Amino acid sequence: MSAKVTLTIDEKEIRAANGDILLWTALENGIYIPNLCAVKEREMPAASCRLCFVEVEGKKKPVTACTQPVAEGMVVNTRSPRVDRLVKTAFELLISDHRLGCSKCPKNKSCELQKIAKERGFRLKSKRLKRLPKKEYIDDSAELFIFDRSRCVLCERCVWMDRHVVNSGVLGFSRRGIERSVTTFMEKKLAQSPCAGKCGKCVEVCPVGALSFKDKSERENGSPEGP
Amino acid sequence: MSVSAKDSYQKLKTAAQEKVKSLNDRPVVWVGTATCGKAAGAVDVREFFKEEIEKRGLDVRVMEIGCMGHCYAEPLVIIAKPGHPRLCYGYLDEGLTRRLVQDFLEGDDPCYEFALVALDPNDFFPTFTDFPRGVYEKKIILEDCGFIDPESIDEYIARDGYEAVAGVLEMEPEEVLRQVKASTLRGRGGAGFPAGVKWEACRKAAEKTRYVICNADEGDPGAFMDRSILESNPHLVIEGMVICAYTVEAAQGYFYIRSEYPQAVRRVNNALEQARDKGLLGNNILGSGFNFDIEVFEGSGAFVCGEGSALVSSMEGEMGVPRHKPPRLTASGFRGKPTVLNNVKTFAYVPHILRKGVEWFKNTGTEKSPGTAVFTLVGKVTNQGLVEVPMGTTLRQLIFDVGESVPNEKEFKAVQIGGPSGGCLPESVLDTPIDFDSLYDAGAIMGSGGLVVLDEDDCMVAIARYFLEFTQQESCGRCTFCRLGTKHMLDILTAITRGEGEQGSLEILQELAEDVKNGSLCNLGGTAPNPVLTTLRYFGDEYEAHIKERRCPALMCTHLVAFYIIPQKCSKLCNACVGSCPTEAIYTRDDGLKAINQEKCVKCNSCLKACPPEYNAVVKLSPPELVEERERENNK
Ligand SMILES: Cc1cc2nc3c(=O)[nH]c(=O)nc-3n(C[C@H](O)[C@H](O)[C@H](O)COP(=O)(O)O)c2cc1C
Repeated sequence: MSAKVTLTIDEKEIRAANGDILLWTALENGIYIPNLCAVKEREMPAASCRLCFVEVEGKKKPVTACTQPVAEGMVVNTRSPRVDRLVKTAFELLISDHRLGCSKCPKNKSCELQKIAKERGFRLKSKRLKRLPKKEYIDDSAELFIFDRSRCVLCERCVWMDRHVVNSGVLGFSRRGIERSVTTFMEKKLAQSPCAGKCGKCVEVCPVGALSFKDKSERENGSPEGP
Repeated sequence: MSVSAKDSYQKLKTAAQEKVKSLNDRPVVWVGTATCGKAAGAVDVREFFKEEIEKRGLDVRVMEIGCMGHCYAEPLVIIAKPGHPRLCYGYLDEGLTRRLVQDFLEGDDPCYEFALVALDPNDFFPTFTDFPRGVYEKKIILEDCGFIDPESIDEYIARDGYEAVAGVLEMEPEEVLRQVKASTLRGRGGAGFPAGVKWEACRKAAEKTRYVICNADEGDPGAFMDRSILESNPHLVIEGMVICAYTVEAAQGYFYIRSEYPQAVRRVNNALEQARDKGLLGNNILGSGFNFDIEVFEGSGAFVCGEGSALVSSMEGEMGVPRHKPPRLTASGFRGKPTVLNNVKTFAYVPHILRKGVEWFKNTGTEKSPGTAVFTLVGKVTNQGLVEVPMGTTLRQLIFDVGESVPNEKEFKAVQIGGPSGGCLPESVLDTPIDFDSLYDAGAIMGSGGLVVLDEDDCMVAIARYFLEFTQQESCGRCTFCRLGTKHMLDILTAITRGEGEQGSLEILQELAEDVKNGSLCNLGGTAPNPVLTTLRYFGDEYEAHIKERRCPALMCTHLVAFYIIPQKCSKLCNACVGSCPTEAIYTRDDGLKAINQEKCVKCNSCLKACPPEYNAVVKLSPPELVEERERENNK
């Protein structure tokens, strides 16, 4: 069914199935585009992290690669001054609201934020933006894993996993704006919610250190390196 | 088919006209009881009329109408007494009510000295067209608002209401679509998307279950056009929705009304009931075989739920959170089905266009933005209320002619147009014509029609902060730019209004504003920076004064002003300021003059108000350090 199309990403000619999503086509062809919220299986992309901007020739503004289907003859540039500016600001915004202290984070060195910083040469401390005060909230009631909300970037991946793959419906969002957070129903501790924090599928998709398996978090007491 | 839709309609209309006529051969008092009227005391006025009429044993009906747009003069009534033109009276209170009953209804003196305007041409009293506002205004969708009983379908039908539906039902849907497209009617919910194009996309969708939704979320603070229309003439909107449903072949429609609009909900539900009773809604409309019904869905009043995908998501029981588009609602809307979502006003134009013709509609307004624009005119303007002017009218005409300019001899400073997503435009661009594209080029948007006039006492930094605070709080928080970007922008603005702005604050603010605008997932974030961007663009010097001199030129930012009593003006004998001060900051000096202890002062403005106008001794100074300077000078 799916006819093949040819497109160009960063001057590299690429074949993909018509209708494929640009982000995955690029990533699968070894072209990195920053992303946090993308889930390939997800039908309607969240498009919420705003990190995967690219230029598509003929479009007035940069577009998010996670929402852009590929097409025959499409010409894509993953870098441009406009793209770099948006991605840098989005990254700084996320970092301004993310508890740093990477050395103590269970995801240190496997964190997607660190990866983006490395790929794009961003610093983990913004000079432009002040840090936003964060309320500490750590739920370590579950046997398998820990939820540290002050590290959450609201990528929606855990909620999607919980609702659409595991079908448990334990995780969701509450509040809005700057208060938006991932929570359980009535903000119960995970151990008291229907899943009792047993499957850990949500942890597998977390791109940062917000959800982490307990055995790994033992590293918390590890070496005292800076972020 | 035995009888045509037109014949069925004609029967309804004849009956309605007879009924209305039979009721109007005796005097009627119409009390404007839309929410704006009620807030001004219209319910009491209605009761005073009823009491007084009963007391005097008169045969006069007291009825309710909606809002005619002259909200500044509420409570308003219209009195129709055979032998006189219909007359409108404003600013009603108990005394005036009793007087009108006694002198006009019982006697025969229309009390012209209290009348605002006559509604019918006559030789004694001016009508709307005799006022500047009447010259500039042109009413299409507000035409009957405030002049017919919103709870009586007969009044609507007697004035050709639902005739357009009867006509449409005998046309092919394609033909209706052709006309709506040809009219180039643009959506009035903010973005100005062509209605016909939207309807066509829905009609072309493969899926056959389709929905029509009317967006009456109206989240802009201070805007109430949509509420007024629903409260004053709900059938007009229903008729537009029926026509849309016929065109896109939908069987079910919804009104999405915020639950803070209980009266609109009630009047719409009542209207739906009446329309069903008359066979204008439900199964087999006017015997045509076409089925369509409408339900009301009450939203919980989140601003973001006015955004199409969030609105639909909240109707499905999910959180009201926008998603990426496309797919557009016409491809995947309510329950994933093709859906037409239009604003209240957009639907309200449709019956007029089909009844009076495409050319008639295009005769008003500009080529690219035909028709009229409806605004809630508020703020520092004499004639506050609902106005409807042809597109292409300039902002200057709207504010200075229709609105009759800024009161209290103050200087006009800016107009905030398009609500929290709009922009603040200065005097220098007041000759901009009001249409979707010109306003966009000036940095504002048409929005859904909020228009706030600002004068010299309004600080543009504080105004930008006010609107941004609203959008920041109303952000759903889903995407990075809107959730965090608006928060950082707000923090910077707050610091500036407190005199804590830093070198470089403005550059960061400008960068963030541009990035939030370009990077956000939906148009809440996409437009939220507009008040900031336009004030930076047009009023940059006010920002600079706050940062560099710690001075608020409009004397509005409390952190940057101090109160001072001018010794030369103070009357030693009066104690008004002392008594008004809640913190005992004002004291009497040895020489009898009053002075303010700045440490204790909470800048509540009470002394400034209390000081009698003949002295006018209390002033605000900015920066606050000026007080010391003045004191030193005076002590020399
Ligand atoms: C944050 C936000 C709030 C909105 N609020 C409203 C609203 O209150 N009423 C409205 O009609 N449209 C509102 N809109 C626009 C709708 O998304 C949509 O464009 C409109 O209802 C379509 O109708 P129209 O084509 O008749 O204008 C809003 C959009 C955004 C982004």
